[in-house]
Amino acid sequence: MILKILSEIPDPEIPVITIKDLGILRNVELNSEGCRVTITPTYSGCPAMKAIEDQIRSTLQLHGIGNVEIKTLYAPVWTTDWISDEAKEKLRKYGIAPPEKKSLDKGSLLGKAKHPACPQCGSMNTEMISQFGSTACKALYRCKDCKEPFDYFKCI
Amino acid sequence: MGQRLSEWCGHGPVLEEDIALTNIALDLVGQATAILNYAGKVEGKGHTEDDLAFLRPEREFRNVLLAEQPNGDYAFTIARQFLFDVYQYYYYQSLQKSKDETLSALSEKSLKEVTYHLRHTSQWMLRLGDGTPESHERVQRAINELWMFTGDLFDMDEVDALLLKEGVSIDLKEVKGKWENHVAELLEKATLQLPVQTFMQAGSRAGKHTEHLGFLLAEMQYLQRTYPDVKW
Repeated sequence: MILKILSEIPDPEIPVITIKDLGILRNVELNSEGCRVTITPTYSGCPAMKAIEDQIRSTLQLHGIGNVEIKTLYAPVWTTDWISDEAKEKLRKYGIAPPEKKSLDKGSLLGKAKHPACPQCGSMNTEMISQFGSTACKALYRCKDCKEPFDYFKCI
Repeated sequence: MGQRLSEWCGHGPVLEEDIALTNIALDLVGQATAILNYAGKVEGKGHTEDDLAFLRPEREFRNVLLAEQPNGDYAFTIARQFLFDVYQYYYYQSLQKSKDETLSALSEKSLKEVTYHLRHTSQWMLRLGDGTPESHERVQRAINELWMFTGDLFDMDEVDALLLKEGVSIDLKEVKGKWENHVAELLEKATLQLPVQTFMQAGSRAGKHTEHLGFLLAEMQYLQRTYPDVKW
């Protein structure tokens, strides 16, 4: 039940998807002292992780659970492969191009990935403006057909 | 390194580079946070990552000399970052095999981020080296000036030797070989000369730093030291 409540916490930066969708929320355990929530961080320096931790604590507080331990689990390492297909569709509708292919394909890290489709008009005629976008997880692209810029959620 | 790159915030040559450098800085600060947090736990004296970052004096810092060099012009920053990214890439690649679970996981994670950094700085090295006469001169000068700090990247002391024996840490001689090959190859592609200088600065393993670290820490630690135990 707690898992269900926590599964609805939205990502602070991209509110259309939840921390469960992203694969950040890993596990919930109840023990004699209270509740232990296990999370896996996305990017090393992601500032949203702190906001997510605070949100977990306050959400549980609202449900009367005060004693919360948040455990950060680094292994297995977070990867965009954990983002569900439904979540990727939500990203696209929100205007962010979802990670294109399985990150196990090293091609994406070697710069050989094909360009993502424009989330506004669907065209494949897009180009990268910068590898680094508004947040650590995104790159900045431009659509050469509808001329709109868009963020791309990088494969990692 | 994260601290140095953050100094570019608002001063980048173009907006996309400002963002790129600060994004890289963010990744590095994040990696440092995780590593220092773990170091604090292993030390067992109750130190948090903030204590270790903001309250240690210069002699207790063990960062490589390359990371504390000033930013200089854009070519200097890119050259410094490139040499560092190649280092981190092979370092983390090796450290993934550590018997220590936390170090292995952190390495796997950081390697993915560093791969993006390396791609970025490699592309810039090619653009600057194989660019205009001015960009070529600036980046060549940068490489020449930074070269004497690259030996220090691979120095190992008794602690490193012990950790290597226990399978926790890695043999930096191996990393050095890969680093040298990779750097030589890229420099050649960028039409840059590989420096032949043999004198290398050293000392980071023993906490002996260049004069730059003092100034960097003065700025970085100012707030914590002026208002001890301050909280946001």
